[in-house]
Amino acid sequence: MDFELTDEQRDIQRAAREFAQGEFDRELALELERNHAFPKSIWKKACELGFIGLHFPEAYGGQGLGILENALVVEEFCRQDSGIGVALTLADFSSEVILRFGTEAQKRKYLPPITRGEAISAGAYTEPDHGSDITRLSTTAIRKGEEFVINGTKTFITNGTLADHFVVLCHTNPEADPPYRGMCTILVEKGTPGFQATELGDKMGIRMTSTAELSFSDVHVPLENLIGEENRGFYQVLEFFDESRIEIAAQALGIAQGAFDRALAYAKERRQFGQRIADFQVTQHKLADMYTKIETARLLTYKAAWNFDRGRIDPRLTAMAKMYAGRMSVEVADEAIQIFGGYGYITEYEVERFYRDTKIMEIYEGTREIQKNTIASSLIGKTKG
Amino acid sequence: MEIIVCIKRVPKTAEADLVIDKTERDIEKEGLVFDINEWDNYAVEEAILLKEKYGGTVTAISMGPEEVNETLRRALAMGADQAIRLTDPGFEGSDGYAIARVLSRAINPLAYDLVLTGVQAEDDGYGQVGPTLAELLGIRHVAIVNQIEGIENGRARVHRELEGGLDEVIDLELPAVLTIQTGINEPRYVSIIGIRKVAQKEIKVLGLQDLGMKLEEAGEPGSMTVVEKVFFPPVGEGAQMLEGTMDEISDKVIAILKEKGGVA
Repeated sequence: MDFELTDEQRDIQRAAREFAQGEFDRELALELERNHAFPKSIWKKACELGFIGLHFPEAYGGQGLGILENALVVEEFCRQDSGIGVALTLADFSSEVILRFGTEAQKRKYLPPITRGEAISAGAYTEPDHGSDITRLSTTAIRKGEEFVINGTKTFITNGTLADHFVVLCHTNPEADPPYRGMCTILVEKGTPGFQATELGDKMGIRMTSTAELSFSDVHVPLENLIGEENRGFYQVLEFFDESRIEIAAQALGIAQGAFDRALAYAKERRQFGQRIADFQVTQHKLADMYTKIETARLLTYKAAWNFDRGRIDPRLTAMAKMYAGRMSVEVADEAIQIFGGYGYITEYEVERFYRDTKIMEIYEGTREIQKNTIASSLIGKTKG
Repeated sequence: MEIIVCIKRVPKTAEADLVIDKTERDIEKEGLVFDINEWDNYAVEEAILLKEKYGGTVTAISMGPEEVNETLRRALAMGADQAIRLTDPGFEGSDGYAIARVLSRAINPLAYDLVLTGVQAEDDGYGQVGPTLAELLGIRHVAIVNQIEGIENGRARVHRELEGGLDEVIDLELPAVLTIQTGINEPRYVSIIGIRKVAQKEIKVLGLQDLGMKLEEAGEPGSMTVVEKVFFPPVGEGAQMLEGTMDEISDKVIAILKEKGGVA
């Protein structure tokens, strides 16, 4: 057992920290948040330095590194700024479905532009009537000659109005029983006739990230856009979530650390009743609890990443990491606001934004409750007899 | 163009709560964040820019314990080609003069056209290692360089910024030591590609014996000055420390200025 990061991993962590500290300007973040704008110029720079998609193999523009290295970068980015961090680290969202299951041609076409900052990817799984339960879908892709014709609606799609291509989960065989055995993931490019993305509008947090509804109305795509094997879509997406949940855990971890850093600095500077508020035991215990939770989530998250990099898939471990880190992050950010008192409620002091931004960690890519189902079913077998 | 750049790993003290240690001659280092000395970061960038312009190699040298590898690896990731760490219990307690002497012994056998250092170190701020090193190597030096205009036929044209908005241009023969001022360039970020290349580069470790030095030539015995004490100066008479948030402090400042007749 070795809890040490390697020299290279620490170098990557430090490089990500220095980049984030140098580029994630606080005033810019407030402006981007107000305007619901994606931090485009910072994203381009992050790509130039090799931070985005660093877990892709070199042949596809990546750095050939692991999920743990990616998690370290995600953590540092989100620690410096919850909004910019989340937006940047989701720019390659769902590319892993192409990476793990796509054809050689698909990988060569779609992955390098993501790492070069020339394209953004998205995954379209959730539907208005199918959220946590994606075992059945309304979106269909019907084979007609050399094409699929896609019809349906997807919602809450991260990067929806920004992405250049989408991994879309569709029913190709509506008669399949059970229905999830008749699903495929299919690539759809932005601008394909019949495809439309509409921003969902105001939301609680992650306002620099697009969240959209996608509509597909007789969208024709070639058969070669099928990712991997036919009828394996549902299983691909489940396996993808086993990987992506680690990244979400790292986002939650970074945001919690960022909220904690700010609360700690404030507690050491703010004076009330003639002393620093850090000198009150009530504050000290808050800080001790917050940091213990952060470190616990860090251990789970790193372990989940390390395990994945060893070529093992453990849905229980990734679900625990994501569920715990998400909950912990909301609690830590909440407590950070409490330490700031009235100032914590004011946007300029950042922690309220960290709080709003991190709430999504308990919702997207599987709610806290869905994670618990995964954990429980792995402990006691199928939850339904 | 063979370039040597001397760098130092220093504790970041500007915003830290400092505590004087038991010897009363230093600060407690535990819990402090360490990083490359700010001036040295500009020196590394300048060395790499010169290499990119004129070809050649960059060798980064640092003195200190194993943790210094972190700072050397950072320089390698930025684009330096090789690194040397000078480590020996006998180096501990060296003043600027002794550090320059150790560096000069390490640099002397190497082939070089330029030696770059930062103007000074953030922690002890002596600003003497560069010029002393030049003397010990028997070569020219220019201190507080804020631009290297060009290098041609074994000569360099460098700028120094003087008080009163003056700029001085100096022409000098190489090899030479230049101490580099912050702001001379915009140091690049470390890239992931750069970090991955570090694994193939070696950090050579040299001690007192490897440099052919005697115990009395380094550390405290080899130093010309001794730090007697560090302390926080007492808060002076007539000074009033204001506390509170930024807004509260500025309100108080305005109130005091008004009261004392500083603002109308």
